Amino acid sequence: MSNQIAITGGTVIDQTGERRLDVRVADGSVVELAAGLSSSDADHVIDASGCVVSPGFVDLHTHLREPGKEEAETIETGSRAAARGGYTCVVAMPNTDPTQDSVSVVEFVRRQGELAGLCDVRPSGSITIGRQGEQLSPLAELADAGVHLFTDDGDGVQDPLLMRRALEYAADLDIVLAQHCEVKRLTEGAVMHEGDCCSRFGLPGWPSLAEELMVHRDIELVRLTGAPIHILHLSTAGGVDLVRSAKADGLPVTAEATPHHICLTDELLAGYSSLYKVNPPLRTMADVEAVRAGLADGTIDAIATDHAPHAPDTKEQPLDQAPPGMLGLETALGVSLAHLDMPLADIVAALSWKPAAIAGVADAHGRPIEPGEPANLVVFDPNEEWQVQPALLASKSRNTPFVGIDLKGKVKHTILNGTMTVKAGEATR
Amino acid sequence: MKHFRSIEETGADGLVRLLDLADHMAEVNRRPNPKVPALRGKTVCNVFFEDSTRTRLSFEMAAKRLSADTMNFAVSQSSLNKGESLRDTIETIAAMGVDAFVIRHGSSGVPWQVEQWTNAAVINAGDGWHAHPTQALLDCYTIRTALDRQQSFDGLKIAIVGDVKHSRVARSDIAAFTMLGADVTLVAPRTLLPPFVDVPVAIGLDDVIENVDVLYLLRMQNERMTESLVPSLREYTSRFGLTPERARRLPEHALIMHPGPMNRGVEIAIDPAELPGAVITQQVTNGIAVRMAVLFELLGSGSNLEENA
Repeated sequence: MSNQIAITGGTVIDQTGERRLDVRVADGSVVELAAGLSSSDADHVIDASGCVVSPGFVDLHTHLREPGKEEAETIETGSRAAARGGYTCVVAMPNTDPTQDSVSVVEFVRRQGELAGLCDVRPSGSITIGRQGEQLSPLAELADAGVHLFTDDGDGVQDPLLMRRALEYAADLDIVLAQHCEVKRLTEGAVMHEGDCCSRFGLPGWPSLAEELMVHRDIELVRLTGAPIHILHLSTAGGVDLVRSAKADGLPVTAEATPHHICLTDELLAGYSSLYKVNPPLRTMADVEAVRAGLADGTIDAIATDHAPHAPDTKEQPLDQAPPGMLGLETALGVSLAHLDMPLADIVAALSWKPAAIAGVADAHGRPIEPGEPANLVVFDPNEEWQVQPALLASKSRNTPFVGIDLKGKVKHTILNGTMTVKAGEATR
Repeated sequence: MKHFRSIEETGADGLVRLLDLADHMAEVNRRPNPKVPALRGKTVCNVFFEDSTRTRLSFEMAAKRLSADTMNFAVSQSSLNKGESLRDTIETIAAMGVDAFVIRHGSSGVPWQVEQWTNAAVINAGDGWHAHPTQALLDCYTIRTALDRQQSFDGLKIAIVGDVKHSRVARSDIAAFTMLGADVTLVAPRTLLPPFVDVPVAIGLDDVIENVDVLYLLRMQNERMTESLVPSLREYTSRFGLTPERARRLPEHALIMHPGPMNRGVEIAIDPAELPGAVITQQVTNGIAVRMAVLFELLGSGSNLEENA
């Protein structure tokens, strides 16, 4: 057996349950689970006492910026950040330059991810050419090239007829369309959530209605067409209620929420720091509580980071000129465990096997930890409290709002296809 | 007081302190030689990212009356397009050794963002829609002196009319007037109000005109029509404009104020010269005194105002 890893003393948590067992990994797979495994033949021994051993996390929503904005992040640096965050798979968003709307660009992204070798990078495709919202991308061609999730993220598809056609066309293919729900005409010039704070701060606001209207529209289009839809970064209490109803009606609707939407609010914009500028914006405590409740009762299936790196000089502009977005890969676990009052297994589910199913990667990621299964694993300490040190981030950018905030839960080791990508908190390459 | 960026940040005590100080400055301005050495050796840099002749001149005169040195950095749109970031602009000027920045910018929040790039005092000459605290100061000072209200504005009825939503003047005035105890009413269509408002609103000027102590008119800009905020300027004037007919129904003692520049025929459809209660030119004069007060408060440690420069 080659490249043997012995993980001892940890608590295994996967979709089958929770058990105190040692794990042996070899040749890319989990080969043995037992109490008191011998580690004498292992190339690496991981002391996982006090830690959880779970399937590696899957991020449905990562901006790797390459091609086009390599000064903010590259597929390599983003993969490294993902691995440090416990991720073995990320879905790369298509708002690159050129857009991920052709096989050649998608193949480039996939190949760059493979070369970096730190994370399984699965490119998404855009729904429309250039994300312009006018013409459908070659969905079937991209699906044949391995793309499972399609979105115009950065924007939502504004034209209801085009969205209907996209869903009808997608219904025949084994793919899922994902929507960034924002009615653009209602958010022109908006810099933060529309409410009491924006009125005081003198900033144009993004009303919750702009998200809720598109969530509602797409749920009804799903009802009409039968095609599945995934709602990206759900941020409003109203939106959570709509998705809850849709699921109760048995519609194929899934949803995700970001770590920042489970703990940060619009009050933070008082200092006008662009670190808090994001789309959809930070909203009120009532919205934060609704998103938490949505994760707790399963209305929201997954935690997805919307990792959005921006080079420092772009964020150091007046608030209305700064690009929206925050880093997320390296802090997702720490923020989630600090702020979600849910059973640990449910949080792990929202980070791994549930997003794996939505991303169409459940054959390799989020797997039960059993002999014969691919070894895509993470070992983390669920109790360790820590704070972000920007200089130590693997990401090329530094736009994280979590500096100086207590996070809970630290990734110690990440294993991708049986190879360690993160060892004792540090990337192995 | 390290900075003067918004009325809310300064607070009621600071506000009153500055108004009292403005009395001394007004006295200086009445002297044959209206100049004191209080800020000699200090440098004040006006960094205006938005055009504004009157505010900039007012600050420049205020600084010179206190014997400070002034610099003007007028950032035209083209130099911004060359890619010099806000941070680089501020850090470069700060490195030259200024004691205070007077900043006007089209984006709300800039006076707070620049704090990380300089140790100098920051004075907000207007940021986006958000705040214009020296305007609020001079407005309070004008009301204080014209209506002899040195102690407080308790019970004073002030109506602010017009485009509150986009107005930094309105936001700062609402904060300052209510801090001093006045009863503020906003008069505007819903489309010209911020999403959340916590003072009373009247839907037409006729609702308040006979019962007001101070009528504060905001400028109504042409652009607002293209944004579907009002159907037409004519309709705006018919509901909200100070027409000669409405002016006749104003109480005799009522003040009429405007931050300038005026859109004649829109928010004010009568020549101010025909309005006995109009104090618009006094507002401009008072602007010098209050800006001197701010500069002195922030930069004039220990100096006195008695000696002449």
